[in-house]
Formats: sequence, structure tokens, C-alpha cells
Amino acid sequence: MIRKTVANVEEALKGIKDGMTFMVGGFGLCGIPENIIAELVKIGVKDITCISNNAGVDDFGLGLLLHKHQIRKMISSYVGENDEFERQMLSGELEVELTPQGTLAEKCRAAQAGFPAFYTPAGYGTEVAEGKETREFNGKMYVLEEAFKADFSFVKAWKGDEAGNLIFKGTARNFNPAMCGAATITVAEVEELLPAGSLDPNEIHVPGIFVQRIFQGKDYEKRIEQLTVRKK
Amino acid sequence: MLDKNGIAKRIAKEVRDGYYVNLGIGIPTLVANFVRDDISVEFQSENGVLGMGPFPFEGEEDADIINAGKQTITTLPGASFFDSVTSFGMIRGQHVDLTILGAMEVSETGDIANWKIPGKMVKGMGGAMDLVASAENIIVAMMHTNRAGESKLLKKCSLPLTGVGCVKKIVTNLAVLEVTPKGFKLLERAPGISVEEIIKATEGTLIVEGEIPEMEL
Repeated sequence: MIRKTVANVEEALKGIKDGMTFMVGGFGLCGIPENIIAELVKIGVKDITCISNNAGVDDFGLGLLLHKHQIRKMISSYVGENDEFERQMLSGELEVELTPQGTLAEKCRAAQAGFPAFYTPAGYGTEVAEGKETREFNGKMYVLEEAFKADFSFVKAWKGDEAGNLIFKGTARNFNPAMCGAATITVAEVEELLPAGSLDPNEIHVPGIFVQRIFQGKDYEKRIEQLTVRKK
Repeated sequence: MLDKNGIAKRIAKEVRDGYYVNLGIGIPTLVANFVRDDISVEFQSENGVLGMGPFPFEGEEDADIINAGKQTITTLPGASFFDSVTSFGMIRGQHVDLTILGAMEVSETGDIANWKIPGKMVKGMGGAMDLVASAENIIVAMMHTNRAGESKLLKKCSLPLTGVGCVKKIVTNLAVLEVTPKGFKLLERAPGISVEEIIKATEGTLIVEGEIPEMEL
């Protein structure tokens, strides 16, 4: 067994520098690496390029980094929940690359799986395809999209073991699995870190080979963006 | 004239037994409330769930189980969770039978715009570009005119496009229309709405052939 455990978030983030590109898992506030984001705010790393489906809300998730102007560029599919984001984008302080959600996921996976690029129909004929190669296959038009390149991937899982194997819960899985192994170093924080052998190999969602560092997270807030319930 | 629930109710009649359906945010989400309960349908949410159920009971919400609108949800027997790559594989690979989404504008050639108003509103396309580029069966749910009273059914979209030539059917508060090579074909009128009112509210080419029936809801 190859051990991937590190003692804490400080050790997990060794080697991060200003100007790096980070992939950050999560959909909205669901399945985001809360401990890592808090530490990035604390360290004050700047000029980050962030690849993440959303940009958090004003006072949580990646919104915390935006608030301190630590992010230079965001690559996302939907940013509608964050007023500070919209302000920084419309004023030109923040560079933004909007990418269709399925393309965003596949650009992560391509980086993970060793594909330099792929063709997708998403965005053909729109401004997303401007300047990109297009090609016809079986009578339909496709756009060539390139794999992401990133320095660190930051993901959050439900359970993990010392070997870096990960299991996710519910829709907190989202972008996390595709980001594992898609950057030079993948750091996973987990709600429950277990000894090797505790997880059933049949039920692993992400094999430990895609994870370089894993640590036990703490104090999860797990904020709900839109609480919708019905009466009993 | 229909309200939002009326539009959803009419669209629900397009949902067939055995369909996997992706519902967009807004009016489309309401469609789930009106699908007949004697047919089997599974709702997909692109953030990674098939077999979506109703909202949870108060106190039973789980921050780890949400839909693409970031609302807390439940799952039904037979449900599954998966990652974003798999989710968009279902969409791009045309395994989802019906996509219902909202729009700011639709053109008579089936182009759709729903993600950006330059200089004013940029929320992003989310999964909409993947959905419209791949789905065979797309229904747009929207109001026939915008708040300023201007038609949303146009010869050509004025806003940045989400997809080209992809919309097949449109259900508005006034009518059901089909996108054909010759323009919008009027299929049904909303209760109490005349063909003249629909003609007046439609900027794009409108094809009216024979008697236009009133919608059955």
C-alpha cells in the first residue's frame, strides 16, 4: 500500500504558489473542499486561476477567495449566485472564461485520462466556439476543446482511506472524480479518513492512484444554497 | 392566457411512458408536478442524479442531495447518483429522451438564446449548451413576450446564442408552436386566446393553417 495521508491542511497545501492554476471540486456549495478553501484564504495565495463549475456565494466557498481578490481568472459554467463575482467581472477586475458544463467536466477528464483534446457539439455556432477548430462528423458539427492544465486539484470526498481511495455521497460527487489526477498534484479532504482495508474495493469511486495527498477534514458547514422542503 | 403552472401542465402532456427527462430551472421544474402518475418517468438533474423525487420533508433535508438549481431534493426508488462526466455522457450521448428548458429568445429556425445579456447579465450557460446541442427532443417553456411586451419568438435572435437550430417545440402562455423549415407553425391556442392575438405577439414567421384548436389541459 502506498500511503497518501498527510497530517493536516497545512501539509496538504505544501508547494502552492502565486499564479498557479487550481481545479476546485463542487457544484454550487455541494461537495466543495471547505478546509482547503479556508486555508487558501489564510495563506493569501494570489493571482490564482480557478477551474470550478461555480464561484461560490458572496460569503462562502470560492466567494471567500474572490472577496480578497485572490482570484485572477475563473473558468466556470455558471456564476449566477454571486453578486461580488458579477461586479468584479463586469468591472473587468476578474477575467472569466465561461464554458459549457459538460465541456468543463470533460476537459477535466481529458486531463486525467491523457487526451489532449476532444470534439463536442456543445457551443457550436455560439461565441464559445469562436476561434476554435470545428469539424463535421456524420453530418453534425463539433467544436474541438482542449484538456485543462492545472497545478493542483482540490477535491472533497465523504470517505477516504490511507491509500487515497475515495467514496462520495449523493450529488456531492459532481466534478470531484474527474478532477482527481487531472492536475500535477491532487489533494483530497474527506469527512472520514479510514485505515486501508476499511473500504470495500468494490465500492471505491476514485482509485488512490489519482490522489497524491489525503487528509481528515473538520468542522464541515455544508451550507444549503436553496432550502426547499414540504410540510409533513 | 396560461400562467406558469398552466404552461407546465401543457408540457407535462408531452412526457411519455419510459422517458428520461431533464428539466431546466424555472417553469420546466414545475412540469414534474403535472406528469400523469400512471406512467413511469425518471427525472435527471445534470449535477448528478437520476430518479429525482419531491422536496424533502422539513428537517429531513440533506446538503449533499440537491438538484441543478441547488435546491434540496429527495430520490425515488431506482434512483442513482453519478459524477458530472457521466451525467453529461447521458446528455451528449442522447440517452435523455426529453429536455425542457426556458429561453429569453427563440428564432424561427430553432436557435435559442438563454444565457447572457451583454453588459447587463452574465450568469453563464451552465449545462444548457450541452443539452441543446445534443438533445433530439427539446421543448422550450417561456412567456410569449418579455416584460416590455416584445415578442420572444423572433426571425433571428438578438442575444448571444446558446444553440443553433435545435428547438423543436415551444409552449408559451399563448400557444403551442412547432419549429418547421418555414417558420413557427401554430399548433394550439391557450384557452381564451385568439389566433390574432398570437399573430400580434409573434415577430417571427408564423404559419397558421386551418382551424387552430384550443389546448386541452
